[in-house]
Amino acid sequence: MCALCGCDNREAKIEGAGKYMHFHVHADGMAHSHSDDANHHGHDLHYGLGPAHAPGMSQARMVRVEQDILAKNDAYAATNRNYFREHGIFALNLVSSPGSGKTSLLVRTIDALQGRYPICVIEGDQQTSRDADRIRATGAPAIQINTGRGCHLDALMVGHALEQLRPEENSLMLIENVGNLVCPASFDLGEAHKVAVLSVTEGEDKPLKYPDMFAAADLMLLNKSDLLAHLDFDVAFAIDAARQANPGIRTIVLSARTGEGMDEWLDWLDAQLGIAALRGAEIAESRIAAFGAEIRALEALLAAGNRLALGQV
Amino acid sequence: MHEMSLTESVIELVEYRARRNGSQRIKTVRLEIGKLSGVEPDAIRFCFDAIASGTLAEGAALDIIEQDGLAWCFDCSQPTPLASRSDPCPECGGYRMRLDEGLAMRVKELEVE
Repeated sequence: MCALCGCDNREAKIEGAGKYMHFHVHADGMAHSHSDDANHHGHDLHYGLGPAHAPGMSQARMVRVEQDILAKNDAYAATNRNYFREHGIFALNLVSSPGSGKTSLLVRTIDALQGRYPICVIEGDQQTSRDADRIRATGAPAIQINTGRGCHLDALMVGHALEQLRPEENSLMLIENVGNLVCPASFDLGEAHKVAVLSVTEGEDKPLKYPDMFAAADLMLLNKSDLLAHLDFDVAFAIDAARQANPGIRTIVLSARTGEGMDEWLDWLDAQLGIAALRGAEIAESRIAAFGAEIRALEALLAAGNRLALGQV
Repeated sequence: MHEMSLTESVIELVEYRARRNGSQRIKTVRLEIGKLSGVEPDAIRFCFDAIASGTLAEGAALDIIEQDGLAWCFDCSQPTPLASRSDPCPECGGYRMRLDEGLAMRVKELEVE
């Protein structure tokens, strides 16, 4: 356990999760469906023949690795992303500091969209299921992930939560990350977009102080806009600051409390959900076409076999 | 401060590769960390020994190569070095840039025995 950051993913708990692991990803990001390590084919490249390029390292004992440290997380994220795409699910990863109003925003969003789309939520917090309880009170299914001392959600935790939640086709999947403007920036969960929530009580220079998070996000929601009248918060400065970190970032100013600005956010969600559903349908169609072709090929093979058995050839 | 879990991933990855290589011990781990990756090399160094203890990498030396940041400035239409995400283009002072290098978080190589 590290006294510096206290991070320990092994303490993560997922509500209702029993045994899982349908497949596994190795530390180098290679996914395998079997479990016998002794039979692995080698990916290593050895430097036995070429000149050693690394000073201070003896040639015969070098193992070139060249693997991303996050390869394992990225492989799980790719699995989640495929799942979302194939089922027409639009998934968002909401990131912010603690107290920006993420959960209130989710509750308001669910209330507005309920009946139009199936929605489910994954809640990440170090402790308690208070946020998931608030979401469940709206009627939407929610799973709480408690990261223990961990400071972020990772793609494997989300994969396990998906097995519990089993989101419907063409639904909206909202993942509320641990309140933290640093660590969640580095971890892909398989989402379509990271959405950074910044509340106007936090100060407009946050994107300058935590540029990695705003660089990772495609959309910034400036929340608690109903409080702007009481604060010196400079909206234009905040938007400029976010654009310094990420020239392509889009901003929506809203208040989850009063509903001001919510329409723009809901319209954006509406459009994105439509695109995700179309894409899911396309994948399903191409898969049906591929199965059809396979069936026709097998039928032709069977017919040829029958002719052979009947002595017609 | 996600360096703790990153370092856990590093140890998991290098142990796996070393075992597959039939090695008994890892002597050196060489990482490449981009200066704009959001990862603090000192924090990785701080965690490394604690996490490596009891693994094949116990007592291994940790060598971190820092990768400089490099961006493409759309206004200057040329590559430009970048020390931090919040810095402007040193040529034109603008922020319309695409980050091309400096985000690496890689295990480059191991020395094993």
